[in-house]
Amino acid sequence: MDKKYQPIIGMEVHVELKTASKMFCSCKNDPFHAGKPNVYTCPVCLGLPGALPVANKKAIEWTIKLGLALGCKINSLSKFDRKHYFYPDLPKGYQISQYDLPFCYQGKVETPLGLVGITRVHLEEDTGKLIHQEVDGQNVSLIDFNRSSVPLVEIVTEPEIYSAAQAKEYAKKLRQIVRYLDISDADMEKGGMRLEANISLLNVDSQMTNDKPISNLKLPNYKVELKNINSFRFLERGIEYEIERQKEILEKGETPIQETRGFNAEKNRTYSQRTKEEAADYRYFPDPDLPPINIDSKWLGEITKSNPVDFDLRLKSWQEEYRLKPELVELLFETASDADRLDEMFATATKEKLSVEKLVNAMVHKKIKTIAEFKKLTSVDEVSDEFLLDIIKKVLLANPKAVVDYKAGKTNVINFLVGMVMREAKKKIEFNRLVGLIKKSLA
Amino acid sequence: MDLLELTIKDTIEALKDKTFSCLELTKETFSNIKKNDKKINAFLTLDEENALKQAKEYDDLIKEDAQIFDKKPLLGVPVAVKDLFTTEGIRTTAGSKIIGDYIPPFNSTVIKKLLAAGAIITGKTNQDAWGHGSSGENTDYEPTKNPYDLTRVPGGSSSGSGAAVAYGASLVGTGTDTGSSVRLPAGFCNLVGLKPTYGRVSRYGIIAMASSFDTIGHMTKTVYDNAKVLEVTAGVDPYDSTTVPEKVGSYTKVLGQSIKGLKIGLPKEYFVEGLDKKIDESIRNSLQVFEKLGATIQEISLPYTDYAMAAYYILVPSEVSSNLSRFDGVRYGKAREVFGAEAKRRIMLGSYTLSSGYYDAYYLKAAKVRTLIKQDFEKAFEKVDVIVAPTSPTLPFKIGEKTDDPLAMYLSDIFLCPVNLAGIPGLSIQSGFVDDLPVGMQLMGPQFSEELLYKTAYLFEKETEYYKIHPKFKNG
Repeated sequence: MDKKYQPIIGMEVHVELKTASKMFCSCKNDPFHAGKPNVYTCPVCLGLPGALPVANKKAIEWTIKLGLALGCKINSLSKFDRKHYFYPDLPKGYQISQYDLPFCYQGKVETPLGLVGITRVHLEEDTGKLIHQEVDGQNVSLIDFNRSSVPLVEIVTEPEIYSAAQAKEYAKKLRQIVRYLDISDADMEKGGMRLEANISLLNVDSQMTNDKPISNLKLPNYKVELKNINSFRFLERGIEYEIERQKEILEKGETPIQETRGFNAEKNRTYSQRTKEEAADYRYFPDPDLPPINIDSKWLGEITKSNPVDFDLRLKSWQEEYRLKPELVELLFETASDADRLDEMFATATKEKLSVEKLVNAMVHKKIKTIAEFKKLTSVDEVSDEFLLDIIKKVLLANPKAVVDYKAGKTNVINFLVGMVMREAKKKIEFNRLVGLIKKSLA
Repeated sequence: MDLLELTIKDTIEALKDKTFSCLELTKETFSNIKKNDKKINAFLTLDEENALKQAKEYDDLIKEDAQIFDKKPLLGVPVAVKDLFTTEGIRTTAGSKIIGDYIPPFNSTVIKKLLAAGAIITGKTNQDAWGHGSSGENTDYEPTKNPYDLTRVPGGSSSGSGAAVAYGASLVGTGTDTGSSVRLPAGFCNLVGLKPTYGRVSRYGIIAMASSFDTIGHMTKTVYDNAKVLEVTAGVDPYDSTTVPEKVGSYTKVLGQSIKGLKIGLPKEYFVEGLDKKIDESIRNSLQVFEKLGATIQEISLPYTDYAMAAYYILVPSEVSSNLSRFDGVRYGKAREVFGAEAKRRIMLGSYTLSSGYYDAYYLKAAKVRTLIKQDFEKAFEKVDVIVAPTSPTLPFKIGEKTDDPLAMYLSDIFLCPVNLAGIPGLSIQSGFVDDLPVGMQLMGPQFSEELLYKTAYLFEKETEYYKIHPKFKNG
């Protein structure tokens, strides 16, 4: 990308929490395994007249846990607000959300492509699900309220993501942290984690920026919202497409329209869904049914204490202690309790004088799960040099071409000879030992 | 039995002594309703079949268990339920046409408690739609009439519940009070009406008008009856986060205790121009009764009173516009244009005051005024125990008199709304009669002072016994 235009990207990610019950009622929170529509419903999540919400304490605690894991500050006084809009999947005509006092604010996420600032993390309720289908030859819209009022956390970043690749890295990292805390399955295909990116291009030339950091520049006067993205790859491709599309418009001296766009994966392009001429007026006001929430130091202390070791710190300590590559070891766990089990395994391996690095390699590449399996895999049979030299002699005689090739300088052929010897010996022998013995025989 | 005379207290005694049975009482009640309700329009839906079945079961229970009245303190007591109360299997309209066919699948907490206490639901009562009104005329059905004079309003919004109790169609009328809706019909129909402390009685299952103002009260003929019902309905509810785990008082136990030394405050801002002279006189006569009982009277000031109505009519429509959003035209079968004029007016007002750019100037400012009003009362209660004021500045007015002037209608609640802004309890009792029409008098106390209000009202009632005067269906 030329440096005339700098992409400026902010992200909003929604994550459904996997608490046992819903956000404001005691209905089961399990929309993806309900089997039938509208089985996990009650007057509260159906929004029937007279029903009242009661906040799920666990969901509040998990939101704060996530905020803490993202390095956020926690508001000591928080509250729920009503966000009004009409939509068939929203039975009360408003969504209970948080407006000016979210549970968490001002955090950050490290990505391999740089730090991303977190503006806020707030808690709200999910809506029902609309299903458009044909019933008895008629096109109808059906509503499934199993998902209505499932706890939903929204994580909003600063406009501090500067490339499609970084957006992808950020989203992946966020999912990793959410799963590490074991507060959500964050299943993107089912909609348990939903990505939105606000994208615009900054004309760097026009702001004469020599040494000014990007974050000090004036933001563009428009933004395009890329919505309903259900994979990291589509997020990256969608943003890449948007950057090119907007660049073309800007090059013509025009400003891209402020709008919401979706991504068509087959055509690999974004398409307009809805134009936003003005910001919607949601008429937020404090929900009078839910008293404000005091997060006192005692409660916050308990939540802090229940939080696992920081994800990045954990990878860093493994790297320092065992020389483990983060990108490798992170394939071996999702939740903090998985990581705890790994920790124990590493300690045991160290005590038994086994290489943790090799253990991790074997776990990733050979799919072994226990130290016992690892030991079996790496153990060698007891055989004498004489026995092996005898077999080597036979193998060399049977493969004269290999011997000629080796002598002509094709030393790679030795791997083939090692394999042949192992096969012949029907034993597990240390690789380097065989290489040495074969070389000796060939000399 | 004479239904006009009957109280809960008498009924329980009569059932115990087998003077009459639950079934006889229930049958008599329904025959009264059938005879008179065509004239009064107190009921929108009757539940006779269930009521009779229940009454028979209770008669069996009385035979089997001598202690049953301890377990079920309202056994056999007919209750008329305001149509904002969600009742399982019984049509619940909120006085509106939008949900004119709605049959809820669950009971509100208060209904559950009343049923568990043995009460028998006679039916659902007429009201200003959604609770928006002071006269009952904002119903989407035929307006309710005042049994004392059928050309006059019974007060609203719990108009049907008030009228029903007044003409003996039930012994309790449940109501909601967001600005006046229990106390005003109580005042206009010669009843005792309680607006409890906010958070004292669960709102779960009661169709919300303005959630931070709505309180769940009731009307009865006497103070004892009223206290007895609150003993059943009060208490914390896990389904309503705004209820408070404050201990429920022994409201009937304190009745009869002396009020010697009680300090009564008279807010000077309430006795001003616009107050009917005859009502002023009636209240001042009543104050002499309190003095005779050992109370002292002093003038006090509630300086922010002038701003109360303005703040109320910003905050309440804001919440109304939000609460009525769920009737979105997708569910319940009727489009939003079916809303009545008053509901539309409040939806528009509230949508405006919550809109970005206006929120700070209206909603937020009004919320600050609300705090000042609350402080007005807190300061006053440092000086006095109870505040007394008229329930209404006028006598029950003529049907149609104020329907063309919403502002005049709003001002009927001028002495009542501040209590809802402050969240304190208010009890409307009878101060007497003027021109054969009831005059209400409101007692206000600090938060959770219902015991004190009942105690005070009870001794006054014992001296005056206005409840012995019954409606004569004038002009009917």
